[in-house]
Amino acid sequence: MRITCPHCGARDAQEFSYLGAADLQRPDGMAASEAAMADYVYQRDNPAGVHRELWYHGAGCHAWLVVTRDTRNHAITAVEPAKARKAGATA
Amino acid sequence: MRYSIFSLLSQTLQGHKGWTPAWRDPAPKPEYDVIIIGGGGHGLATAHYLASRHGITNVAVLEKGYLGSGNVGRNTTIIRSNYLLPGNTPFYELSMKLWEGLEQDLNYNAMVSQRGVLNLYHSDAQRDAFARRGNAMRLAGVDAELLGTEQVRAMLPYLDFDNARFPIQGGLLQRRGGSARHDAVAWGFARAADSRGVDMIQNCEVTGITMVGGRAIGVETSRGPIRGKKIAMAVAGNSSRVAAMAGMRLPIETHVLQAFVSEGLKPLIDCVVTYGAGHFYISQSDKGGLVFGGDIDGYNSYAQRGNLPVIEDVMESAMALWPGLGRVRMLRHWGGVMDMSMDGSPIIDTTPVDGLYLNAGWCYGGFKATPASGFCFAHLIATGQPHPVATAYRLDRFATGRVIDEKGAGAQPNLH
Repeated sequence: MRITCPHCGARDAQEFSYLGAADLQRPDGMAASEAAMADYVYQRDNPAGVHRELWYHGAGCHAWLVVTRDTRNHAITAVEPAKARKAGATA
Repeated sequence: MRYSIFSLLSQTLQGHKGWTPAWRDPAPKPEYDVIIIGGGGHGLATAHYLASRHGITNVAVLEKGYLGSGNVGRNTTIIRSNYLLPGNTPFYELSMKLWEGLEQDLNYNAMVSQRGVLNLYHSDAQRDAFARRGNAMRLAGVDAELLGTEQVRAMLPYLDFDNARFPIQGGLLQRRGGSARHDAVAWGFARAADSRGVDMIQNCEVTGITMVGGRAIGVETSRGPIRGKKIAMAVAGNSSRVAAMAGMRLPIETHVLQAFVSEGLKPLIDCVVTYGAGHFYISQSDKGGLVFGGDIDGYNSYAQRGNLPVIEDVMESAMALWPGLGRVRMLRHWGGVMDMSMDGSPIIDTTPVDGLYLNAGWCYGGFKATPASGFCFAHLIATGQPHPVATAYRLDRFATGRVIDEKGAGAQPNLH
C-alpha cells in the first residue's frame, strides 16, 4: 500500500502511522453528557467500504493527512492535509 | 457414528465404505429457538454447549461461506491462559480446562497438544513484569514457571541468547499451554452439535435483522427469512457490520492480521515461543511447518490480506530471536480480519436490542478462547445471566470505565 502524500508524493505506507476514523467530533468535555463522551472515545462506524481516516507522515513531512480508503481492498481515492479541514475539527 | 478404535477396525474390514458425513447439510427451517450467526469456532462451540449443557437443540448456525472458513482456520493455533487481569484470568483458565477435556467431550481428535508456551524476557524490568504476571496466574490457579537463561538455553539452544541489544534473560513458561489443530476444532464442534440436532446451514449469509418494537425476531438471509426467539452474533471480524443491521455501533475496529508458515522441516521446536522485544511468536505444526506471526497491520481492513511492511517486521523479529531461521524458506502467508476492541478484550453480553446477544471483540486472541467463549455465550443465551467467569465482558464497560486493558494501551485498537 502506497499513500500519495500531498507534500511528499507517493510513499510506502510504512512511512506513516495510523490513528483511526477522521471525522470524530470531540464534544465539549465540560458540557457533554457521559454517554456522548463515551460514544466519541469508544464507538466507531467501522465500515466495510469507504473510510476517511487519519494518517501521520512521520518519516516525511510530519503532516497529519486525511486518507479516503476502501477497507475492502485498500484502494485509496483521496489524500488531503488534515489542516485544510475547517477550524475546530480534531486532528 | 461414534469414532473409536472399534469403528475404525469395523470400517477397515468393510473397506472404509461405511463412513458417513460428519454433519448434515440441512435447509433452514422457518423458525428456531436460537439462531447463531456465524459458523466459525465460537458460533459452533456455542451451538455445542447450548445443546449439550443446556438441552437447547432447536438451534441453527448460519454461515455465509462454509463452516470454519473464517478466523478459526486462519489463526496460529496457540492455546494458553497466561493472562494478568482478574477479568481475564478465570475465563481463559476455564477455556484451558475445556481444551484439556475437549476431545473426549466432542469424540473428535482436535490434536490438542500441551507442549508449553514460553514468553521470553530480555531485561530486568520485563522479568519483573513477567514475575508479576506469573504470580497473578498462580494465585488464580493457573500454572506458571519463571525460567532463567540457562533453563531456556536447555530448551532452545539455538536462540540468540547473547544478542547485543536484546539478550535473552529467561522466560515465563506455561506448560499446559500449547496448540490445537484449528480446523479440527471447528469440525469437532460442528459434528458434536449436529449429532444433537443442531442445524448447520452453510452458504447462508445474514443480510438483515428483523426487528419488531425494538426486539429482534429473526434474520433475513440469502436463503430466505428465518425467525428466531433468540439471535446470537458470533461473527468476530464482521461484528460491526452485523450489529449495524440492528442499528448498533460497537467499540470495535476491524483490522487485518497476517500469519505465516514455512516449508516443512524435521522437528525443530517443541513448544510455542514468543519474543519479548518485539511482537513475534513461533511454533511448529505436526506437519513440520514453522507457524509464526506478529503484529496486526494497524489500519482498518476487511480485505483478509495485508501489506509487506508487517511481513518485513515479522521476519526481522524472527531473525533477531533465532538467526538460524534465515535459512528457512517461507511457504505461505495469509490474512484474517479481527474485531479489535477498544481495550483489547472481548465482549460476551446482551445488547440494547431485546433478543439479540453479542459475542465479539476477540482481537487476535480468539482461538484459544473458543471453548470458553462458546460455553459462556451458551450460558448467557440459555439463562439470561452472564457465566461467572465472563461477568467482566460487558458491552457497557467502556462507558462505565471498567475496561480490561491487558496492555494499558487505551482506546487505540491498533496498539492492542
